[in-house]
Amino acid sequence: MKPAKFEYFAPTSLAEALELLHEHGDDAKVLAGGQSLMPMINMRLARPKVVADINRIPDLDYISPTPDGGLAIGALTRQRSVEKSTDVKARIPVLAAAMPSIGHFQIRNRGTVGGSISHADPSAELPALCFALDGEFVLSSASNQRVLKPVDFFISHLTTALEPGELLTEIRLPARALAPSEEWRWGFQEVCRRQGDFAMVGAVSLLKLDGGGICQSACITMFGVAGTPVRIRRAEEALLGSRVNGSVLQDVSRIVSEELDPDSDIHASSAYRKEIGGVIARRTLEAAIDRRNGDETA
Amino acid sequence: MAQTYIGAPIRREEDRRFLTGQGQFVDDVKLPNMLHAAILRSPHPHARILSIDATAALEMDGVAGVITFQDIKDTVVPRPIPIRMRTYVGIERFLQYPLAEDKVRYVGEPVALVVAETRYLAEDALDGVEVSYDPLPPVVNVWQSMQEDSLLFEEHGTNLAYEFASSIGDVDQAFREADYTHKEEFRCHRHTANPLETRGLVASYASGRQELTVWGETKVPHFNRGVLASLLQMPEHRIHFIEPDVGGGFGVRGEFYPENFLVPFAAIKLGRPVKWIEDRLEHLISANHSREHVCELEVAAKKDGTILGMRTKIYGALGGYVRTHGASVPVSTAAMLTGPYLIPNYEWDVKCLLTNKVGMGTFSAPGRYESCFFRERMLDMMAEDLKIDPTQLRLKNLIPPTAMPYELGRTRPEDYSLTYDSGDYPAVLKKALEVIDYENLKLTGGQYKDGRFHGVGVASFVKSTGTGTPYEGARVVVTGPDQVAVYLGISTLGQGHETVMAQICADGLGVPMEYVAVYHGDTDLMPFGGGTFASRGTTLAGNAVYGAAQRLREKILRISAGYLDVDPNDVEFAQGHVYRKTPSSGEPELDLNQVLELAGPASKYNQGEMGLESTHYFHSSQECYPCGAHAVHLAVDPETGQIEILKYAIAEDVGHVINPLLLTGQVVGAAAQGVGATILEELVYDDEGQPLAGSFMDYLLPTSLDIPAFDVAILDLAPSPINPLGVKGAGEIGIVATGAALSNAVSNALGVQVTELPLSPNKIKELLGRKTQA
Repeated sequence: MKPAKFEYFAPTSLAEALELLHEHGDDAKVLAGGQSLMPMINMRLARPKVVADINRIPDLDYISPTPDGGLAIGALTRQRSVEKSTDVKARIPVLAAAMPSIGHFQIRNRGTVGGSISHADPSAELPALCFALDGEFVLSSASNQRVLKPVDFFISHLTTALEPGELLTEIRLPARALAPSEEWRWGFQEVCRRQGDFAMVGAVSLLKLDGGGICQSACITMFGVAGTPVRIRRAEEALLGSRVNGSVLQDVSRIVSEELDPDSDIHASSAYRKEIGGVIARRTLEAAIDRRNGDETA
Repeated sequence: MAQTYIGAPIRREEDRRFLTGQGQFVDDVKLPNMLHAAILRSPHPHARILSIDATAALEMDGVAGVITFQDIKDTVVPRPIPIRMRTYVGIERFLQYPLAEDKVRYVGEPVALVVAETRYLAEDALDGVEVSYDPLPPVVNVWQSMQEDSLLFEEHGTNLAYEFASSIGDVDQAFREADYTHKEEFRCHRHTANPLETRGLVASYASGRQELTVWGETKVPHFNRGVLASLLQMPEHRIHFIEPDVGGGFGVRGEFYPENFLVPFAAIKLGRPVKWIEDRLEHLISANHSREHVCELEVAAKKDGTILGMRTKIYGALGGYVRTHGASVPVSTAAMLTGPYLIPNYEWDVKCLLTNKVGMGTFSAPGRYESCFFRERMLDMMAEDLKIDPTQLRLKNLIPPTAMPYELGRTRPEDYSLTYDSGDYPAVLKKALEVIDYENLKLTGGQYKDGRFHGVGVASFVKSTGTGTPYEGARVVVTGPDQVAVYLGISTLGQGHETVMAQICADGLGVPMEYVAVYHGDTDLMPFGGGTFASRGTTLAGNAVYGAAQRLREKILRISAGYLDVDPNDVEFAQGHVYRKTPSSGEPELDLNQVLELAGPASKYNQGEMGLESTHYFHSSQECYPCGAHAVHLAVDPETGQIEILKYAIAEDVGHVINPLLLTGQVVGAAAQGVGATILEELVYDDEGQPLAGSFMDYLLPTSLDIPAFDVAILDLAPSPINPLGVKGAGEIGIVATGAALSNAVSNALGVQVTELPLSPNKIKELLGRKTQA
């Protein structure tokens, strides 16, 4: 379990890193927290010619409140920092609540936000959360910068829109849909074999109810069930305009299961994932109803 | 002046060095000029090898050599790796050579050894060994194996490596008389121990002196030294095995594997030390697998629940080769299937079948975990059918203490009768029920509360311990005024021998425990050693230390009495000093240093025996049988199939306890391993014979977050009558009933019948799905 030979660079500025990535293109892999790349190169599942270690770049590790009430998070920010951030807790509580589900704290101490998103494991929490929150990813290269939505960024299993030479530098999570002044509620849940594992199935639900309990807006994002996180539009539509009660939730649960077409692996069959997807989608909605956004006691 | 180290909860002597990072494990052995080995392993479950070409590898940077079957052929043929225990006629046809010759029989089988300046370069060079394979149809389960459409060894014309069918009592009569019979098919899943430290070896050959030293041999070093001597055709006394600290074994680590030949062979051939440290990816496809059995079980009983007899057919999946344990795991599954119950009529047929998977070896409580699961599930099914409380059913059938010693009969191929030495099985079960508060808890069985179904499961067991090799020896030497050295023939895998043996020596001899240092793990210390398996450390080596220490104490008394000119019966030795009994002044007459001088070669008081030392071998060909019961309360989420263990009680009786602290630790550790194995772990293969659990991403070991707190009650109701310390083996017993108790609890919670493991959420949902359909 020793890696094949590679050339190692440790750029100390973003410009230097982007230049390096430009120069080596497809041959280079970016090392951030190393929680996925290191096992992959040790097992020789990945054999990059060049490893660009970005840990010495000083200005990629930040959590900055944005004027619209959202957050901009530097790609090199450790997952543990997000978990501990009072800004995250205040502005995007679903993110704060979901962070402990990512691996174990030792993993979150090293693992970065940008690393998890760039790795694009379909069972990972952060890609799904960005998907649900309708975030934006800033992709930088030596010559350009572009901003992509998660739906355009995540292509399939471990595959993203990142071009050779590009680096994910910032994750923007808008407050647009989440400001506490609005009646947004949320739920996050996943089913794992062990605590801290990648999810067999996971769900993030965001729900906006009016004063009378009628659903104004809904977003149900499932992960671990396809090559990328997926929104279940048909289930969202079933919620819209309805009073969210037990029978509606049963319908939604059924629809989610119907919409899913997951693969089997050694931890769970496709049928299991399909059925449990409906269950936990319903549970996240139940949690959302019980818990208003910003209500930290819930 | 009484010494009371035995029975005291003394912390482990070893902990200081382990916890402060001063342990010395095999990977810490670094020799000058050392090379590193990597192994090219078969990617095919079953294939013919057409050609091997290592030319490219040999030309690569830093490569010192490549070894294939052709290189070892003249040395080893016709001597494949032999069976260590329980050799039965015919089974030796299916043994493994250290490298594949013309066929590979499992994914992971060693095909070539590459040796280079670093492990990195060695792994690089694996790509430079070109092997051309012609794939053959894989045999992935026991049913395919029996069909024999595809044979692993064509020359022998069968995949059936060994079969043992026999009976005790009159089973047909029992079934004829029965009011009730029930038949079921159970499956136990393939999994293994996964010690924290993987295997590893360093070998160095001094060509001038023609001496070979190997670091990293554990478990059974004396036996392995004999095997290596035989394979290398080299005198045994020129081979020195040194066992560094060891990070766990559980039966798997320390057997003689292909690498145990290849690494020393490479060191001799290349004239430089060679190190090989197994990585986890290799471990999962090369170290012994265990547990995979199918069991057809049939029970006959009266309608009051009295069991009259059992019949079973057991199909053990041995893997691609017969390894050092031969047929012992499937045979043990059948031998102890009736467990702690009075079942006088029992018939079995054990088939040991070859499959294209890693070879089967022992893992803690081999065959006992499996048979306990099969039997205890059957008892719960019976209890449900007969409308008897499952614990009452057990209490009705457990062998009563008045029947001890209980002769079970000849359930093994060997010509001896298994005899349970002692035990109060009902009392131990009652204790477990009391600890978990069964009388109140049973009402919650099957109840739905807060979205989950609650279940209670109970299982009883008995386990043979303390033999394998019918002796163990120890040498106790006084080396100074406050120094006693104990030399063991037995090895350790991290259990705490240095502590327990020091306790035994201190009390047996009569010295403060601080005097005692325990040495082990070097084949030159003692000429013989059986090894660490079958929970035999304390039962055999402990009694050897006790015997040696007592004999040495007697010698001390003889020499002291001679010097003091009194009768030896009038002196005693305690806390390192000689006292006169009558008249007793309370003041010591001699200290240990004075006695040591009196025993010296120049002393006229030495009575012809120089020095203060004693060697003793404790012999026992009889097994001793600890017993226990597990009781568990859990809740199952019927929507997701997830289990939460709410309470887990364990009552065990291992006879006299040397160190309750270490014993509790071993019980909890073994139970944790069993909980993980039952709920999480499985060595999954696909239908093509490819292993799918190739890393810890897919082979799920439990973490502390997945393990419940265990309430452990240690009883000392029935000391073993067959050894002086009255002890029974303790290391493996905590795992035995985990599969049984958990699956009984899940069945109880959901009103389903678990017949196979592991209890994954997926499997539990399938059971619920079948229940809904039915």
